[in-house]
Amino acid sequence: MLNYLWGIMIFIGIMVGVFTGKIDEVSNATINSSKEAVSLCITMLGVMAMWTGLMQIAKRCGLVSALTRRLMPVLKHLFPDIPRGHIAYEYIASNMIANLLGLGWAATPMGLMAMRELKKLNFDSEEASCDMCTMLIINISSLQLVPVNIIAFRSQYGSVKPAEILMAGIISTVFSTIIGIIFSTTARKLVKRKRGL
Amino acid sequence: MKFITYLSDYIIPFLFFYIVGMGLLSKTSVYDEFIKGAKDGFKVVLDIMPTLIGLMVATGILRASGALDLLSDAIKPLTNLLHFPSELLPLVLVKMFSSSAANSLLLDIFKEFGPDSYIGRLASIIMSSTETIFYTMAVYFMAAGVKKSRYTLAGALTATLSSVIAGIFTARLLF
Repeated sequence: MLNYLWGIMIFIGIMVGVFTGKIDEVSNATINSSKEAVSLCITMLGVMAMWTGLMQIAKRCGLVSALTRRLMPVLKHLFPDIPRGHIAYEYIASNMIANLLGLGWAATPMGLMAMRELKKLNFDSEEASCDMCTMLIINISSLQLVPVNIIAFRSQYGSVKPAEILMAGIISTVFSTIIGIIFSTTARKLVKRKRGL
Repeated sequence: MKFITYLSDYIIPFLFFYIVGMGLLSKTSVYDEFIKGAKDGFKVVLDIMPTLIGLMVATGILRASGALDLLSDAIKPLTNLLHFPSELLPLVLVKMFSSSAANSLLLDIFKEFGPDSYIGRLASIIMSSTETIFYTMAVYFMAAGVKKSRYTLAGALTATLSSVIAGIFTARLLF
């Protein structure tokens, strides 16, 4: 997907640049942007290492697994079709907690394991089960509470208070997750009624 | 409303206080673990560096050629109707496919308007409360070998739209 997106961005950019007569600026932009990407990564190195360092402490002293355990009762309501005590709950819980804490790269493997288990529970069907839909909708509604990279970007570009958007971000994240949950539970009920279950 | 921006200042210090405190109470070697985790963070950033270079170059070309301005002028009548800055529509659309491409557009907005402008703040809020719909769906469903995603896309779009709307409201109220 990114192959097309990237290709089209460059193609359109150069075409428009030729027409608007700004090709010299385009030429400068390629050099400057690549330099800028590196200096941005240096800022990000600091902020990201700070965050993963803190999260490593949280993991080691059992905070992350405690959070995961606390999420279990909630999950039983969100995923009623998973049998009690099934391993899928654990994968979903750790996927959500990792997302919540902004550890996206750690969240994906757990999420994929969860999907595989859900597929087994769905008799290996090629159609998504209601549980899969719920999991993805909640995942896509965004769970991340502290967007470390956005804070790093803001500070790199000279924000006076890089973290000032935190609460506003949390409010919209929580709001959209609630909407996502309402959507999934309603859709699940409608599907079940249609199939006469 | 000042109270909410005030709370923002407390989140990161509180997390540090709480996590390090819990670590000390459970006799974890907090400093050693921090260093270990920080090393992992380095790897994460180094992994995304080539992507970021590629995408920032593409965005740089788009910006310098004037293509981004043409696009936001073209959609202005529509976004004005919704009281939404037209500069942010490409950002929201690209975010559905790729978060790194969206990040480079976000940086472009920071450069143009500054991170502390209304547009800069709204862009930050939207970026921090949305996910890459199509990318996530592709990765998860492909890994599980699922071909029919049923109402997932509709739900994901609803959630994303509601977070953009919530973002506009909170940005208006707070800043």
